[in-house]
Amino acid sequence: MRLSELTAQGHFNTRVYPSPFHARTEPLNKLKAWGRWGDYLSATAFNCPSLEYTACRNTCGVFDLTAMVKHRITGPDSLAYMNRLVTRDVSKLKPGRVGYAVWCTDEGQVIDDGTIFHLREGDYRLCSQERQIDWLLTNAIGFDVSIVEDTHDVAALALQGPTSCATLKAMGLTGIENMKPFGLEHYLFEGTELMVSRTGFTGDLGYELWIDPDYAIALWDRLFEAGKLLGIQPIGEEALGLLRIEAGFIQAGVDFMPANETVRTTHTRSPFELGLGWLVNFDKGVFNGRQALLAEKEKGSRYLSVRLDIEGNKPANDSYVYKGKKVIGTITSAMWSPSAKASIALATLEAPHGKPGDKFTVDIYYQRELKWSRVMATATVVKDAFYDPPRKRQTPAPDW
Amino acid sequence: MTDKNKVVIIGGGHNGLVCAAYLAKAGKQVTVLEAAEQVGGAAITREFAAGFKVSAGAHLLYLLDKDIGKDLALESHGLQMAKTAMSTIALAENGQHLTFSGNQVSGEGVSSEDKAAMVEYHRFMTRFAGIIGKLHNQIPARIRLDDRGDLISLAKTAWSIRSMGKTDMREFLRMAGINIYDILKENFENPLIRGALSLDGVLGSFLGPRSNNSVYCALHRWSGSGEMAIAKGGMGAVTQAIANAARKQGADIRSSAPVSRILMDNGQVQGVELENGEQLMAGTVVSNADPKTTFFKLLGARHLEAGMVRKIQHIRMRGNASKLHLALNGRPEFTGLDETQTGERLVIAPTIEYVERAFNNAKYGEHSTGPIAEITIPSLHDDSLAPAGQHVLSAVIQYTPYELKQGWPDAKQAFTDRVIDLIAQYAPGIREQIVHAELLTPVDIEREFRIQGGHWHHGELALDQFLMMRPVPGIAQYQGQVDGLYLCGAGSHPGGGVMGSAGRNAANAVLASKPVDDQ
Repeated sequence: MRLSELTAQGHFNTRVYPSPFHARTEPLNKLKAWGRWGDYLSATAFNCPSLEYTACRNTCGVFDLTAMVKHRITGPDSLAYMNRLVTRDVSKLKPGRVGYAVWCTDEGQVIDDGTIFHLREGDYRLCSQERQIDWLLTNAIGFDVSIVEDTHDVAALALQGPTSCATLKAMGLTGIENMKPFGLEHYLFEGTELMVSRTGFTGDLGYELWIDPDYAIALWDRLFEAGKLLGIQPIGEEALGLLRIEAGFIQAGVDFMPANETVRTTHTRSPFELGLGWLVNFDKGVFNGRQALLAEKEKGSRYLSVRLDIEGNKPANDSYVYKGKKVIGTITSAMWSPSAKASIALATLEAPHGKPGDKFTVDIYYQRELKWSRVMATATVVKDAFYDPPRKRQTPAPDW
Repeated sequence: MTDKNKVVIIGGGHNGLVCAAYLAKAGKQVTVLEAAEQVGGAAITREFAAGFKVSAGAHLLYLLDKDIGKDLALESHGLQMAKTAMSTIALAENGQHLTFSGNQVSGEGVSSEDKAAMVEYHRFMTRFAGIIGKLHNQIPARIRLDDRGDLISLAKTAWSIRSMGKTDMREFLRMAGINIYDILKENFENPLIRGALSLDGVLGSFLGPRSNNSVYCALHRWSGSGEMAIAKGGMGAVTQAIANAARKQGADIRSSAPVSRILMDNGQVQGVELENGEQLMAGTVVSNADPKTTFFKLLGARHLEAGMVRKIQHIRMRGNASKLHLALNGRPEFTGLDETQTGERLVIAPTIEYVERAFNNAKYGEHSTGPIAEITIPSLHDDSLAPAGQHVLSAVIQYTPYELKQGWPDAKQAFTDRVIDLIAQYAPGIREQIVHAELLTPVDIEREFRIQGGHWHHGELALDQFLMMRPVPGIAQYQGQVDGLYLCGAGSHPGGGVMGSAGRNAANAVLASKPVDDQ
């Protein structure tokens, strides 16, 4: 394309797009609290982040996911392509299933994590936090595949919380309760296709809904109508940030640096170092990072990613982790967890520290009315997520 | 598990054959598979007109490694020189040519300053090229701190530069990355000297004299024995001798056996499949093909990790040089040259600005309107190439980009005429002597020699594609990512020219690899 043709498009004049749900989210955003997520204006909070969090844990919350970077991978070699791209064995991911995945550089360092939706035989959607088109196209060399970024062509909502299934049932999605975790189904919705997956970023029962942006408003209205008596609330990024820490989910750019955006090469992390060794399959043939990860397995990792249960009630944001007087790691995410009733954190520790039950010290700086204090608190490595209700896994999904 | 003692070598170019000879000598069971009817790759002698034979690819021998010659006893396998210690004659239209011989330059109008400068130029170029020459027979060190061997190798290279003394070291470090235009301007005043010497920096490359890396290219050219020679029987005799040496060591060499793909299983090489469907199983496969052909066409990009694919895709290897072959019914008469002089290396590069302008066209996807040439008439030294009293002219012609906007099918005839006109400016009667003319453009070179992009060095000679970065970091030690697959061609260190070092280094890399049981 010629430069003049490109400039004639004028697309770059719009810096941030309103989401297809903006006409509904805008009046609901009492705080007028907006941030930027990818190409979109995204609500950081609507009314009160604590209440939004509480809605997700007790009734259900709706989060606008449209800005999530989405790619569609199709063509005769799509499975071979996906298997070379990510570390896990995608051949085990049947049509109608969703899988969490990470993908690496040749050096075995994580570029990003995301979810693979096997929509139909050989037809995949890859969702990620970061833009990936350059890497995905590089990966396509030698494969008969089509790679399209369709972020703008798919409007998406996350509906998360105990009453999420009941809300979808009330909206008319018959049989939704029988969908297994990480399942997906296509429904007819007002003449278009609505894809629903039992996935989410909150560690609770929850679903994600994917639809043509032209039907976004209709979906929002039907959803809120159905959830009216089930406590449905819009939620923003702040609340989601709390929910995901309780669930123990890591976030790119927060808990690890995406390898392709990292200047200092030693600041990247491998899947093993992020506690995601279970996503690495060495028996499936060549994949990006295979050789480096085999070598790491042999030699040992540099870091461990752990969950910490910290005494007291002060969030240990940005703290160092000490063993005696020696710094052995840092905290990457921390919060007071209302559900676990504990101060919790995600941390990166230098290997070999970090076996479940290991105790360390963290320094927490906090202030009371502008007066700073410091407390040294004991942090215990825990294995499981801080918040892990059985309903997350139950099928049929329970009614609340 | 496939047998690692079995080695299949894809391609019987000079490097593939050298590699075969060394591996067979070390006890490996070696099979060389050459796609063409005769082995030799781009170092072959073939008929191009009835009764006329020529070195169809490379035509001058100046880099062939002396140790390889000795190790493989090439003389006892039939290698003879028809002409050694060739001079270079820079052609002038008025017949006032200049002759370069060793560190001397002579001819009408050469100043005493230029004569002195030539002595000094020859001294430092030889010395600096020696640094590069020393690296030829090394497996490039990786830049890392955790391997003693690599550190020692890097330290040796650093020491060989430092031990030149302050003045030469500074000059070497200053010159190595810059362009030959500046260096020649600094040293010489005679336009024809500048033009002729600049060819060393640009022949075979996508560079003009003002392009960075042209000094490095010249140093590469100077990094061999320091003299040019023509083999008796042409370049084909060189590769035939190497093939004979390999056979003597027990290597099985098959021609007309094109490989269609490298067989893989879970990251481990299993062997190769021929175009006729035949499969040869082997735990080690060594490819003499260029890196892009090897990894994209024969292996398939999907068997590499994507970062490596990207690196290989970015190798610069678009050919810019063509070969012209003329069958002549008599000895060409160059104005002002006697018969002995006609047998030297003749170059057409009247001024360095002319060479730069010749390159300008190539930058925009056009062939030169005023091309440059390196001409030899090997039949003056070797009567096996043409019928008695008749001759062959072999010339390297630049600039002729692989990706020609006009397309080579349309442009080829007119360009051939243009080149003949150019030569006729210096040898006025030559057009009438032509029995047959053949021009191999980079597209023809790609087809005949199976080199993607038709770049006879299998990739630009440049500092960013040099040593531990040739062809790309991660495969510069002749192997990488694919267990059991090695490279032995000019795409690997130390690069192009009929040298053999890449083949031998690759053989050493194969022999140094640990048996599977130990891994």
